[in-house]
Amino acid sequence: MAAYVASGAVGRGLGDRLILAATIALALVMVIPMVWAVGLSIKSNAELLVDTNSVLHAPWTLKNYADIIVGSSVFRWLLNSIIVSTGMSLGVLVLSSLAGYGFARLEFPGRNVIFVLVLFGLAIPEQAVIIVRHQLFSAFDLHNTYPGLMLPGMSAPFGVFLMTQYFRSIPTEIDEAALLDNASRFQVFWRVLLPMTLPAQATLGIYTFLHAWNDYWWPLVSGTNAQMYTMTVGIAATQINFAESAGLGYLMAQAVFGSLPVLIVYMFFQKYIVRAVSGAAM
Amino acid sequence: MASPTSKDSRWSNVLYVAPYLFLFVTLLLYPLLAGFWLSLHKADFFGGSRFVGLQNFVRLFNDKVFVGAVGNTFYFILLTVPALALIGLGLALALNRATRRAALLRGVFFASSVLSVTIVTLLWRVVFAPDGGFIANVLNYFGRPSIPFLSTESLALPAIAITTIWWCIGLPMMLFLAALQQVPRELYEAAALDNAGRWKTLWHVTLPSIRRTFALVVIIEVVLQFQLFGQAQLMTLGGPNNASRPMVLFIYDVGFVRWDVGYAVAAGQILFGLILIAALAQYLVARRKEAF
Repeated sequence: MAAYVASGAVGRGLGDRLILAATIALALVMVIPMVWAVGLSIKSNAELLVDTNSVLHAPWTLKNYADIIVGSSVFRWLLNSIIVSTGMSLGVLVLSSLAGYGFARLEFPGRNVIFVLVLFGLAIPEQAVIIVRHQLFSAFDLHNTYPGLMLPGMSAPFGVFLMTQYFRSIPTEIDEAALLDNASRFQVFWRVLLPMTLPAQATLGIYTFLHAWNDYWWPLVSGTNAQMYTMTVGIAATQINFAESAGLGYLMAQAVFGSLPVLIVYMFFQKYIVRAVSGAAM
Repeated sequence: MASPTSKDSRWSNVLYVAPYLFLFVTLLLYPLLAGFWLSLHKADFFGGSRFVGLQNFVRLFNDKVFVGAVGNTFYFILLTVPALALIGLGLALALNRATRRAALLRGVFFASSVLSVTIVTLLWRVVFAPDGGFIANVLNYFGRPSIPFLSTESLALPAIAITTIWWCIGLPMMLFLAALQQVPRELYEAAALDNAGRWKTLWHVTLPSIRRTFALVVIIEVVLQFQLFGQAQLMTLGGPNNASRPMVLFIYDVGFVRWDVGYAVAAGQILFGLILIAALAQYLVARRKEAF
């Protein structure tokens, strides 16, 4: 992260202390639901039925975690999420790099019209296409398959837009020098330019992975077979019958377990994730 | 635009963009256009279909549930977007420091953004639950009765809004922080020379410099919050009495639960039109770099 500077004089007055107090109070609001969930997850379901305040005192137990590891499908969901998110990210990176290079560097009939059309695609929300897409995937028998879960995300124009911009920012002298050395166009793309786009690849890869991991609507209506649930849909399925489910502690253990992968990755790659998500929004 | 390295326009160059274009056309463009056609039909999931013209749209405007859903969506935007923009700006101003504590707090405020909607709703359901929920326990401790937030008509949508603000606050904060980094240092130096106080500097230097970002954040959040779906579907199912049913949940229920697909697609077109207006505004603001 770039160096942060105080946006004004830094004092130690009353105002500063009030700002700090307000910020910490808000930070507590951010943390309380997480701490509460972790607390509930380490209590027995029977005890929680009587009083959830029992979180505050012993006995605590890891039985809920043992139960989800032995008796639930969380590992299957985890595996599905990893396959779908990785596959979608790789697909987006390959397609966007090729197309970005094509739009930025090569001439072909109708190029500009097609590019504008792709840009227009940025404004099409999932909700406007999801029903026809669903019918299409039914017709080709793609529901409850990995490609079926990955492909819609690969059709989003954002990656193509990002990579085209990035290729355009690389000086064309670099291509010319390589072409003079008798490199083919594909070699220029593959050996010379692609390695220079690594920062953009990282941004796009992280953004797509996170997006795929947390995607809810499409996997909800496409991967309807319990064996094909992603983590996100699996956890939704357990809370639909919130009241008559296996117990509060068990549910919370699932929530904690389900959020651990992203939270751990977030702790290590916070800088890159923040950059990817904010970059994508603007 | 034209690149000097390839003056030769060739069909074979299309091969680079063809794989993406194939998916773009089949999974985005075709569904959009087929959707226009489908919205003019009374169609169900099993292929039965009959041309009805604009009847689906007429039906939508007379459908109390749909009109209510449009109202709920706008109300939800009103509840979330100003709060996200103002709290995000406040946090960015407070945490724009090079200290470890500020870095840690920035990390805390963004952490919820990486969670999925299903985790977020699970966490907040056990905060809002009237029976043993966190808020209920605190209220009971002070001798007050519990409040059934999610099953009270007037409180369901605000409760979903609080959940959403909690989930989404990281992005506006980070966008404002990035903008604050871009404010030219000389402006602060000039303000310091003028002996401008802290609040004066904030009001006359900092805030005017990030006006464009503020506009962009508001538009981005409007587009995002228009698409409210998971929180409502998981926390209240749109209830009680449709009080928390947003447009997208309406589309989902009609399209994927009742399988009245022509009708659902028509509702989707209206949502698309509204989002298109916001996207156009974003494009115009983003383009006017110099004017701000």
